[in-house]
Amino acid sequence: MTATGTTDPTGTTGTAAATAPVRQPRRGGVRRAAAVLHRHAGLRLALLLSAPMAWLLLAYLGSLAVLLLSAFWAVDDFTYDLVRVWNTANFHTVLTEPVYRTVALRTLGIAAAVTVIDAVVAFPMAFYMARIARPRTRKLLVVAVLTPLWASYLVKAYAWRVILSQGGVLDRLGAPFGLSSPGYGTTAVVLVLAYLWLPYMILPVFAGLENLPGNLLDASADLGASAWRTFRSVVLPLVLPSVFAGSVFTFSLSLGDYITVRIVGGKTQVLGTAIADNVTLNLPLAAALSCVPVVMIVGYLLAVRRTGALDSF
Amino acid sequence: MRIPLIARAAAAATAAVLLAAGCGSSSGGTGTANGSHGLNPPKLPMLQSLGAGEGQVNLVAWAGYAEDGSDDKSVDWVHPFEQQTGCKVNTKIAGTSDEMVSLMKTGQYDAVSASGDATLRLIAAGDVAPVNTALVQNYADVFDGLKNQPWNSVNGQMYGIPHGRGANLLMYRTDKVTPAPDSWSVVFDGAAPYTGHVTAYDSPIYIADAALYLMKTRPELGITNPYALDAAQLKAAADLLKTQHKAIGEYWSDFQKSENSFKTGDTVVGTSWQVIANLAQADKAPVKAVLPKEGATGWSDTWMVSAKAAHPNCAYQWMNWIVSPTANAQVAQWFGEAPANSKACDLNTDKGFCATFHAADEAYWKDVYYWTTPVRSCLDGRTVACTDYAAWTSAWTEIKG
Repeated sequence: MTATGTTDPTGTTGTAAATAPVRQPRRGGVRRAAAVLHRHAGLRLALLLSAPMAWLLLAYLGSLAVLLLSAFWAVDDFTYDLVRVWNTANFHTVLTEPVYRTVALRTLGIAAAVTVIDAVVAFPMAFYMARIARPRTRKLLVVAVLTPLWASYLVKAYAWRVILSQGGVLDRLGAPFGLSSPGYGTTAVVLVLAYLWLPYMILPVFAGLENLPGNLLDASADLGASAWRTFRSVVLPLVLPSVFAGSVFTFSLSLGDYITVRIVGGKTQVLGTAIADNVTLNLPLAAALSCVPVVMIVGYLLAVRRTGALDSF
Repeated sequence: MRIPLIARAAAAATAAVLLAAGCGSSSGGTGTANGSHGLNPPKLPMLQSLGAGEGQVNLVAWAGYAEDGSDDKSVDWVHPFEQQTGCKVNTKIAGTSDEMVSLMKTGQYDAVSASGDATLRLIAAGDVAPVNTALVQNYADVFDGLKNQPWNSVNGQMYGIPHGRGANLLMYRTDKVTPAPDSWSVVFDGAAPYTGHVTAYDSPIYIADAALYLMKTRPELGITNPYALDAAQLKAAADLLKTQHKAIGEYWSDFQKSENSFKTGDTVVGTSWQVIANLAQADKAPVKAVLPKEGATGWSDTWMVSAKAAHPNCAYQWMNWIVSPTANAQVAQWFGEAPANSKACDLNTDKGFCATFHAADEAYWKDVYYWTTPVRSCLDGRTVACTDYAAWTSAWTEIKG
């Protein structure tokens, strides 16, 4: 391309004539490269996957590996400098200290409660959206479900801090019925997390219900099944994998959360806050501690896999 | 079917880890060089002469130590400093000493307002450099009682410039807590009426507050220094804090969240700082902060320079500024502490200020127990083994349950 200006500064025809021979080898180069790629399937695959694989291996699995590795190090008792001496004391602490068992069980309980609440709330909502609402209403409802995701997580959590506070909205609404806000604590954490992760449950369940063949419901009705029987024997078995898919989100997100707990949890200690408390000074202990939710989530994924909820991935 | 594959691989990896954990040794001792209290900091050079400012300085500070007028328009000693020196101030507020230590380890900050439970750790790790006091003009006016102290110097070499000192106070809502408390018992033995609305400082160093209370109320335990606890004494303090845990609504380390909780009434009583009381009172919250009759834990803060400071000249200028009579008077009055500069007393708007905060009263400070890092060799001189900060940290996790 550099040749264009110098060969013929006067005429346009000259420019065209000059560019033609320059472009020729380029096009030939592309063609040759395409030919090479066509012949070597492995090279094609390598070029296609190298970037995502590099990301997966270096950035994603690499950082996890470093975390796991640092769990086997120690810190100096006084200066808190990292000491790279191979030892398993951190895992010993995590496995033997009763407080970590309590915290792990509490976290598990919170995650399970959030998942159940979300499933119970999401199912009727998704059912209405998928099977009853008109197309126009359905679109509006999908938007309504997604809207909270546009607001920052922090803003929503702090909004709940205000709602739950003494003399806050919840207190004032409950006053005529003699109810008061649960205050900051485990109940508040379950409530706020269930609110935060609800869209992640509604959407997969909604998709599952939408794909439910209508003629199966008709057939069930023709055979004389009651609505409850149809729900139990037809709808639920077909949609359960979607519920489990949604539960993977709600469960794992709840298991790892610590910001909400810091904001509305009061004195509640969960795995996330225990890790966060240690991560500034005692990274090795925090790393060992963070293996606990990893094990839980892996266990949960294996259990969910048996239901077939992950087959569509 | 990719997820199951990854899941299987991950499960295998974690199983291997758990296996290794089970089979490996389980010796608890991870301590290395600094097991004893004999401090042997790495030899680091100190600044020999003051050069031109670098245009900015990055500070790690306690809330209220570097006010630029954003909290209260009349409270601003950062802008005058910037105008005078051309060093733009970037402040990172830390909530606990542990946070300060970890922030200084990153090497991204030039100076830190470290309390006594952070200073020695920073010195021993080589994270802060010795300070050439000859380059800090206002150092000459600092109270002698703050110079060459065990928490800010090693073998006669100063590692920072004293900033000021104060006590952790008992704060309460005047409308919710009656009668007005004058003892820490309101957050310990007598906390039951306020269950769910008591607060405590979220750091292992808070164990010292319980130890101080036990020192005054249960002499049979033999506590003479709240930072020198043997195993039995630590257990007694931890038990007291576990009882307190039932009454706790929230632990705090974020001063804004603490102020907010007092304002809404979610918290009605607990340990606090004068600056939080000031902020809450400015927002018309009916709160009061008092020094209880048992005395209190407190702090004596020191401005230290990072060993890796990118802007050492601006950091020295900042240290000189913050202990100058004017700025030191402002910060002391705002935070509610005794200034370090003896000339600051005359410059306070409130003339009785230095008397109120006992700025020059060394006898008074004998009853305030400055935050210090607990170490294995007892700080009170006993020959038994004391519990170190690592033990306090795991005790604190256990207390919070």
